[in-house]
Order: sequence, then C-alpha cells, then structure tokens
Amino acid sequence: MTPHPSGWLTPRPEGLWCAPGGFHIDPVQPVAHAIVTHAHADHARPGHEHVLTTPESLAIMRTRMGEDRPAREQQELRYGEGLRIGDVEVRLEPAGHVLGSAQVVMEYRGSRAVVSGDYKRVADPSCAPFVPVACDVFVTEATFGLPVFRHPDPRGEIGRLLDSVRLFAERTHVVGCYALGKCQRLILLLREAGWDGPIYLHGALMSVCDTYERLGVPLGDLRAATGRARAELAGAIVLAPPGAIADRWARRLADPVVGLASGWMRVRQRAKARGVELPLVISDHADWDELCRTIDEVDAPEIWVTHGREEALIHWIEGSGRTGRALRLLGYGDEEEAPAAEGEGAAA
Amino acid sequence: MIAFATLLERLTLTPGRLAKLALLREFFRTEPDPDRGWGLAALTGTLSFPLAKPALIRALAQARTDPVLFEWSCDYVGDLAETVSLIWPARDDAFGRNSVRTPPMLAEVVDGLMHTPKAELPALLEGWLDASDPPVRYAILKLMTGALRVGASARLAKTALAELAGGSVSVDEIEEVWHGLAPPYAELFDWLEARGPRPDPQDAPVFRSPMLAQPLEAADIAALDYAAYCAEWKWDGIRVQLVSVPGGRRIYSRGSDDVSAAFPEIVEAMGFDAVLDGELLVIRDGEVAPFADLQQRLNRKVPGVALMEQHPVAVRLYDLLFEEGEDLRALPFEQRRARLEAWFATHRPPRMDLSAVIEAADFDTLSSLRDGARAASIEGVMLKRRDSPYVAGRPKGLWWKWKRDPLTIDAVVMYAQRGHGKRSSFYSDYTFGLWRDGAEGAELVPVGKAYSGFTDAELAQMDRWIRNNTTRRYGPVREVAPGLVLEIAFDAAQRSNRHKSGVALRFPRVARLRPDKPFEEADRLETLLRLIPS
Ligand SMILES: [Zn+2]
Ligand SMILES: [Zn+2]
Repeated sequence: MTPHPSGWLTPRPEGLWCAPGGFHIDPVQPVAHAIVTHAHADHARPGHEHVLTTPESLAIMRTRMGEDRPAREQQELRYGEGLRIGDVEVRLEPAGHVLGSAQVVMEYRGSRAVVSGDYKRVADPSCAPFVPVACDVFVTEATFGLPVFRHPDPRGEIGRLLDSVRLFAERTHVVGCYALGKCQRLILLLREAGWDGPIYLHGALMSVCDTYERLGVPLGDLRAATGRARAELAGAIVLAPPGAIADRWARRLADPVVGLASGWMRVRQRAKARGVELPLVISDHADWDELCRTIDEVDAPEIWVTHGREEALIHWIEGSGRTGRALRLLGYGDEEEAPAAEGEGAAA
Repeated sequence: MIAFATLLERLTLTPGRLAKLALLREFFRTEPDPDRGWGLAALTGTLSFPLAKPALIRALAQARTDPVLFEWSCDYVGDLAETVSLIWPARDDAFGRNSVRTPPMLAEVVDGLMHTPKAELPALLEGWLDASDPPVRYAILKLMTGALRVGASARLAKTALAELAGGSVSVDEIEEVWHGLAPPYAELFDWLEARGPRPDPQDAPVFRSPMLAQPLEAADIAALDYAAYCAEWKWDGIRVQLVSVPGGRRIYSRGSDDVSAAFPEIVEAMGFDAVLDGELLVIRDGEVAPFADLQQRLNRKVPGVALMEQHPVAVRLYDLLFEEGEDLRALPFEQRRARLEAWFATHRPPRMDLSAVIEAADFDTLSSLRDGARAASIEGVMLKRRDSPYVAGRPKGLWWKWKRDPLTIDAVVMYAQRGHGKRSSFYSDYTFGLWRDGAEGAELVPVGKAYSGFTDAELAQMDRWIRNNTTRRYGPVREVAPGLVLEIAFDAAQRSNRHKSGVALRFPRVARLRPDKPFEEADRLETLLRLIPS
C-alpha cells in the first residue's frame, strides 16, 4: 500500500523531517543532513554537517556566510536532476522566488510530496520560473495569505518609480529592497524599462549583486552610493536595505524620495507607518491569487501550510474541497517584513 | 481617474510641502479638462454626495466575496474603502480571461454620483470597480464617502494653481474669485493659462485674503514711530470676514473656509451691502467670554438652538473693505476707520460692535495699558499704521501685533505619545516645534513637551487626528505630519544646551488648540529666542 506523506514527512521543532531519507528541509537549527530551498537567511542557516541545494543557492550562501559556514560537506543538485537519498527519490524544481530557489520534490514508495519553500508565479528576469509538479501533498507558505494582497504588474510599479524620478529630477530616489533577490530583480526591471544609466547601491547590497553576475546574471552599471557627494546623487536611483532608508544613512542624500519595494506596501497604513513616500508593490512571494492558482494547478488533495497567514488560506483550501493543515513551523519570517530597525540582519 | 488616484496616493504619503506642491502642479498641468477641475473640487472639499453611503460599499463587497475572508481582511486593513479596493475580485469574461476595461474618467464618476437615483447606484459603482485597479477603486470609494484626507489644504491647491499660471496670477487673486466659481472651473483654468479673462465674480460673495500683522519684538519697539500708528485691542476670538453683497452672505475664516453655517445668527444680522473684517467672539452681557466658550461653537458645523442660546456670538468689527460695491482697500487706515464708524452709526447691525481705538498719548502709556488689561479675552494690542492700505498677507511694518504676557507661542505638533492613567489610551502628550531655516528650507525644531489640558471630547478628536496623520513610529512615539497648531503658554524661556533648539521652556502648557491657524504660520524659533532675558 502506498504510504501517505504524513507518515514519512513530519514537522519537528528543527524543521520538516523526512525519516526515510534521513534529512531535514530548511532546518532552523544545525542538523546532520539539510536540504535548503533557497539562500534567504531563515531558510539557509549555517553549521550543518551536510547540505544539499542548487549550485546558485550554494554560491550565494558562501558569499553571505563565508566559504565553509553552510556545512562541512556541501553538495550541489541541479534543477530536474534526480538523486536517491536513503529510500527517497529527491529532485529540485525552480520555485521562481530568487536565483537558485527550489521546490523539493520527494517520492517514497509511490507517494509524492512537494515542499515549495518560498515561491511566486509572476515572471522574474532574475530567476527561473516556478514549475508546478502534481503531488499528493503540496507544502506551501502563506506570507500573503489574505485576499487583500494582490500584487500588481511589477512593470507598472517600476513605471511609477520612473515617473517620480522625472517629476522630482533634483531629488534622490532611494528604494528599500532586500539584498538577495529583490535588489537584483529591481535592477533588471529597471533595465527592462530602459533605465540604462548607473544604479547606486548601499554597501550591503554589493556582494550578492557580484555573485549574481558571476552566476551569469548581468546587472549593468552598478556603483557604490556611499561616499558620494550629495549633488552627484541628485536625480539618481539608489537601492538600499529596508533598514537604511529611514536611517541617518539616507539623510545624507539629496532631499530623498523614500521608496520601498515590498508586497506589504499594498496597504497604505503600512507605507505611512514606515515613512515611505513611494511604495512599490513588488513582491517575491506569491500573492493571494497566485497561492490559490498554484494549489489548483498542483491539484494535491492535501495542502500543508508552513507559515504566514495560514488561517485564511486554509479556510479557502477547505472551501475548495481539499484538506488543509497548518504546520505552524517556527523560525521562518519574511524578508519583506523586516522592521526598520533591523533590515539586513533580519529573517528572510 | 488614474491620474487623480495617483495624486491622492502620493499626497497622502508625501510629507514635504514643496513636494506636495510639485505633485499638485503636475496634476493640474497634465490632466485634461474637465477632470483636473473635478480633481480640484475634490481636493478643496467642494463636492459631497449624500446618497453614497459606506453601507452601500460594504453590501456590494459582501455580495462578491467570501464573508469570512472579507471580515478578516477588514480587520487586517482597518479601513473599509481600502479593504474593498484591494479585495474586489476581477470578473472574468465568457472565456475565463480578465477582459481589458478602461477605468472611468473622474468627470464620469462625479456626474454619476451626483445624478444617479439611489436604486441604480450599486450597479453603477459595481461597473466602475470592475473596470479599475486598486488605487482607482480606492479613489472612487474615498471620493464617494467624502474622506480624502490627503494632507493638502485648499490653500495649497490654490498655491499650486498660482504656480501653474507662472507668476501672472497670485494665490490671493485666485482667492478673490474663488467663491464665485463652480467646478469644474473651466473659466479659472482659461484665466490661469492665459486663454481667457479673469473670471468675473460679479455679485458673488467672494473671499478676500486678509491683512495680517507681524509680531512686535523688542528691536521693533525701539524703531517704532508711535505717532504714525493707531492702537486697538487684540481680541482672543477667531478672525472673520463678513461678506454681504447682492449675490449672497458669507462668513469666511481667515483661511478662506466658509463657516457661515456655524453662525446663522450672524448671517441673519448681515442685512447690509458691505465687506467687513472683524473678530468673532462669544459675548454675554457685553463681556467677552474665554476662548473655550467659542471653541464649543467651532466644534459644531451647524449649532443647535440650546448651544446658540448658551454661547451667543457677536462680531467685533476692525475694518471696512467694501461699502455698497465701493472698494475701500486702497484708502489709508484712518480713512477706512472713519468710514467704518460712519457706516456703523448708520446701520447699527445687531450682534456687532466696533473694536475701540485705544487712546494712549505715547508708547509707555500704551505699554502700561497693555500690562493692565487683565481680561482673558484680550490677547494684547494691535498697532496699525494710520496710512496703511488694506493689503493681503503680512506686509512689513504696516500692522503689528503685540501680545501681552503670559508668554505664548503657536507651535506645531511633531510627536505624540500616549498619556498616563485615564489618558493611557489616547495620544495626549505632545512634543511641539517651531520653524527655522534649515539647509533645505523651513524645518521644525522641537522646543518642548506638554500634556494636553483638553476635555475628553477634544482629546478624542486630537487622538484621531494623530492616528490619521502619523508618518512614522518609534516604539510608543508617533511622528506626525505638520498640521496641528497649539498655543503653548509658558512662564519663561531659558537658554539650554541640552536641547537641540538651544532653548528650554519653563512650565509649558497647552493653552488651546488653534485649528484656525495654518501650520505654516506657526511661530519661528527666533521669536522664542528673543524672549530669553539677556
Ligand atoms: Zn525567501
Ligand atoms: Zn521565507
């Protein structure tokens, strides 16, 4: 008889545990064998014995943590390639979240579970698009699990930024964005929209951009923002970690227009409370419609929700005739919600 | 509607006055007629749609969405219009695709809201929401319910219009025709863009920008040619302009708000053809009541009979601007004063009297009269140059205001914090600041903190304002956009190195709210620094 995934994939305090494979997925504590969906800090933690992830995620993890910190043994697995671990067939498929982000597809004695990590469905020039995989249990996040979260076309948001740059040509536009993923996506969206000139970066954003370029994602003319004269940055676009935009750092810029690129910017009070003058609703997490559409496409009879607003999503899942289960995994935050005081060090 | 929706969003989130002006100017410059005119009407609070109720919006959304998810969403977002704008599900066409629709023009929305019978409103609104994206839906819903709250005053919109005219028309000239105009203001834009003549307000009861006084400082006193001035008491009420012409009667605040409805007994008493400048006061048996009494009246848009009986208002007249169509503003003050006295003797309108001229042979006499005036209703004295014409704004050296002790300043609320005890649920502790010249134009610098001395109703009102105008949070402290002016009374100003402003106030307390005072006109830091005894 085919075993149900609930018999071989179980939530534990340190993360999702696959017993027949002997590994954890995105463990929040050091473990013997870790499979990591993507390089955001709350999914990719240092200090494991053995880690398996995509080559891109591994390269980014080494950049951010240091060469040896991800794990003593570091193993790469390309998208679509199969690997047997214990009694489990494992493969990684693109999740469309950030460069290298992957869904973990596991098959054990004819039953299949997919752990999607963080994901989104809209096109992102900085990473491979999400691939839906039919399965018995689909494990999803629910960061934007309320129907008020509907992300607009990011090209329209970039258009609003460029309109503002034209209108306030003497001011510096500083846009808060997370260092891994959002930053590079913004750069590529700006390039697509025809912004060929220099884009200035806060120091904390440089290293990941270098890694992206090394991994074959060209980002164009990037320059350091720090140490430049106020006048030089008038009319410029500066990207900075969310924590820096309301900080002393941004006050040195020329009468800055403060922007922030995040799915949370859909709600005005959020933008207002953070002192954001130009909210850009651009998210690397699925919005409500993408969550529902993905659940329909993978067509799993059972959906597990790891973290976020699971209550509303499970209400919808049950209404669609499926079984919903809240895993309530702890330790996963959301890089977009990093409070002003933290920014770069915060969870992703 | 798209440009208007974008404007609303940016105005709401933009703290700087100059940036707001740039956004308004851009809107008026690029948006075609008649939409820019309807946008102007919405921003200046000229539109209202009594049939469009929040209940209608809620019912429409509930019919389209899962009720549980809708309630949770309302709880999360905290604002009905915003929730509906975000949650509204796009309707697929027969092929399961989102068909491409064009959002309505602002003019279409205004026309629809004004002229559609109540029973047909839901279907109309539903069609608009289907055709729009969240920012446009939000703008439509906020326009309907009359709660734009964008933090841009009517005066700011008019200032942007003056800039649109490129210097050929001043904001005060716009004020002078404004109340004779109706949306969508085609004539006005023709004039501003030099395609048409100045709109002729004809008989309309329009507002004229008032003449204001400068504070008299110690340095000015030394240079003052006292003989050239007349002195009057400065009354502690609200400055009003009474306009009664064949085209109608209006009472305007000095900020050009039409406050006629709040003071019907004054409107009734305006059975003459003249434009007058005066101070609105609560007067009982000839005695001017404290400002708090007037505050009761100001709190109500339309007063009840009991309130009118208990808080009877009157106008103490300062100046005569027009008499039966004749513009007296170019005449010297002394001549206008003579005309005012003659006019008053002839008409004797009820609920009005003349603000007396103070007879004081020299400045020292005036000074001791000022110090001796103990009535709370007297703020100080005014000095008006005998030869001064009546000119809009605050011309230098023509009129002085010389406030008496205790020391007061008009300061702008910058930060608010929750109070203690019974006030712990309200933002009742305020940090206030004064203006100074910064590297990038005028900036506020904090000068002190005070606890409010308000009634619970006023406190609730303040609290709501704070919450709606928060720009940033630092733990329990909220930073608010400039907008709220408080009159702060204090015993002394002392030099201090511990304060960024260089000055510390002794026993500061909130004397009163100044809703009538534009925040740009709050006091400057130099004014306070000059009060420090050397
Ligand atoms: Zn992530
Ligand atoms: Zn995450």
